[in-house]
Amino acid sequence: MTDVTLTEHPALVRLRAQFGDAVLETHAHRGDHTAVVAPERYHDVMRFLHDDPECDYDFLTDLTAWDRLRMELAPRFEVVVHLYSTSRNDRLRIKTRPTDDEAPAVDSIVDIYRAANWPEREVWDMFGIRFHGHPNLKRILMYEEFVGHPLRKDYPVNKRQPLVEERPIPDDRPSTLFYT
Amino acid sequence: MNADQGGFITSRLSDGIAWARKWSLFPYPFVTACCGMEYMSVSSAHYDLDRFGAAWPRFSPRQADMLLVVGTISHKMAPVLKKVYEQMCEPKWVVAFGVCTCTGGFYDNYATVQGIDRIIPVDCYIPGCPPRPEAVLDALMKLQAKIQASRHPLAGSVVERPRN
Repeated sequence: MTDVTLTEHPALVRLRAQFGDAVLETHAHRGDHTAVVAPERYHDVMRFLHDDPECDYDFLTDLTAWDRLRMELAPRFEVVVHLYSTSRNDRLRIKTRPTDDEAPAVDSIVDIYRAANWPEREVWDMFGIRFHGHPNLKRILMYEEFVGHPLRKDYPVNKRQPLVEERPIPDDRPSTLFYT
Repeated sequence: MNADQGGFITSRLSDGIAWARKWSLFPYPFVTACCGMEYMSVSSAHYDLDRFGAAWPRFSPRQADMLLVVGTISHKMAPVLKKVYEQMCEPKWVVAFGVCTCTGGFYDNYATVQGIDRIIPVDCYIPGCPPRPEAVLDALMKLQAKIQASRHPLAGSVVERPRN
């Protein structure tokens, strides 16, 4: 178990030694360790964390993203990956920020973590972030006819895209309830 | 004789057909979400839909006459629900089970149909999240009353009898 009182997590030290300026930020709070890495080196970082025997992050807990629109943060999108090492009982969070706000894209890590397949499809579906090298990058939750990406902050909250034509519902329709 | 009212024999015939229909409902459970647990409770021994002749779920819409829509219907699922409804033979009745089915419930978002009556006609709405089994039984009895009040075409008229 990693000593949570350490100011610097050993994996973060190794990451910075290996990748230098590509590690943009690190953050630690009560044993919760995060590194923000440059999108160009994101795939290399994940490969290193998976293969390096002292890191040995062999388990992908989660892969998701969030939209930072109107938060005065740039770039707009951030992909968040949670890793776990079963051999060392240790967790690490890696973030990367695709630079292009109009057509955000990062490398897929399906070749490193096969569990990333469906989460990357979900991130594409919900946020419209492409993953280069993904074997089957298509919508996973919404239907193919759906236009847009619903978890983007600029997707209208009341927008509906029904697949079947909806019946007109008059506001003054009589109640179907009756009592005998 | 008033053609709208029908004669004694034809009106008795209509009543008899309605009586037979209301005590032999074959439900098709279209279960998509957590309300399904409540449906299981209603349909099994504790609350016992069999008392109302509606015990035997038919898992083919062609053999069912009561469509029980139990749970949230997403826009992705809506074409399936509509196809199931269209596959059912007349006469058929639809029960919206739970608030998500009635109105979308608190799923006021991009994914959810805001009430199945936007897609198919509904005979009976059961609110609740989930509804109590007693509410489901109440709805079933109201549906039976509705069926009893309907007139069969064989009885000379399809005009519905005035309701009390």
